[in-house]
Amino acid sequence: MEPSVQYLLHLADCPLILGQRLGEWCGHGPVLEQDIAMTNISLDLIGQARLLYQHIASLLDQNTDEDKLAMLRYEHEYLNFLLVEQPNHNFGHTIVRQFFYDAFNLLQYERLSQHKDETLKSIAVKTLKEIKYHYRYSSEWVIRLGDGTETSHEFVQTAVNDLWKYTGEMFQLATYEKALLSDQSAIDVTTLKPLWDEKISSIFHQAGVNLPGEEVFLFGGKEGRHSEHLGYILTELQYMQRTYPSMKW
Amino acid sequence: MTQTANRSGDFPSHIVRKQIASILEKVHDPEIPGVSIVDLGMVLDIRPENSHWHIDLAVTYSGCPAIDVIPILAKAILAQDGFADAVVEMQIAPPWSTEWISERGNDKLLAWGIAPSNKKSAHHDFGIPKQCPQCGSTDTSLISAYGSTPCKAMYRCDVCHETFDYFKCY
Repeated sequence: MEPSVQYLLHLADCPLILGQRLGEWCGHGPVLEQDIAMTNISLDLIGQARLLYQHIASLLDQNTDEDKLAMLRYEHEYLNFLLVEQPNHNFGHTIVRQFFYDAFNLLQYERLSQHKDETLKSIAVKTLKEIKYHYRYSSEWVIRLGDGTETSHEFVQTAVNDLWKYTGEMFQLATYEKALLSDQSAIDVTTLKPLWDEKISSIFHQAGVNLPGEEVFLFGGKEGRHSEHLGYILTELQYMQRTYPSMKW
Repeated sequence: MTQTANRSGDFPSHIVRKQIASILEKVHDPEIPGVSIVDLGMVLDIRPENSHWHIDLAVTYSGCPAIDVIPILAKAILAQDGFADAVVEMQIAPPWSTEWISERGNDKLLAWGIAPSNKKSAHHDFGIPKQCPQCGSTDTSLISAYGSTPCKAMYRCDVCHETFDYFKCY
């Protein structure tokens, strides 16, 4: 597969899987407002994934479409971060996962909104408006929970310690990204790391949350090597399409 | 005047364009029933193409379920009014903005109980409601950044204590 297509799949798979994860909160949120907020963010993310899958389908110009790309691939063909497939656990854990991703995504989409692929650029310009609100939401909740009660602080600190190992992957180049760097068809994500560090440090400082000092990271999601969680997500996500092929709502 | 499958043949294009625009006034976002897609600033272009008319509509929020419903509604209403072969296409560029909502649209939102978007600034990226749609007070507080749909936030009026939706700046 062309590196440019793999890159777009990577960009699409992250919001799809995170959107699916957030959707699990539907009807289970700690309070109604946050239940609605998380599922609204889920909607945005799935909408963003759709725009990207539509773009990929138009490039491939074969017998494929956005639904087939989202619903009929196998685990190793998904190129999302390990971070986004991690389980929700509790609200604090979900918020920290979201915050790590949103802070990265904000920086990434600021760059993508200057991309030379006009369609990708349009998608980025459009969705950046939504990503800003996602970041605002998750960063405010990190502060509120981190600086809240002893219990809420504990939840956030535990989530930060637990999820930290998945953050390094966001700043490591996959094979397809390396291939696209020379003509700037992919963002050099390694350059986003110091900006991201700065962003999250300032929020964690306000939240009274400590960053883990160690730099031991897990990699592989962007290359299709996933944690066991992705299989379970896909089982649920793809159930209807696999059971009733080509079904439509 | 005869009603044919396509009325564009009967009139010059500037007249037909107006006809189509007025037909589109009847198409509403199902989640904001009071306001037409014209008032929401979603109609980007109405143009003749070969033997049919082509209508470009702007995508609002990328995940908004109305995005799949609105072109279906628009096509059905256009067909009813003699434009059965009109093509309706959703476009992501230029990126839709709440600033495109007409004054009439904002008035209708307010009448519907939704405070229209207002004043984007460095500190308030989604702006703050100008007034409570119920009692008109300017004394309001944010409850939640997301409301009944992604485009709205939930506010509370600190005078009449009613909660209301606010259309965030986008």
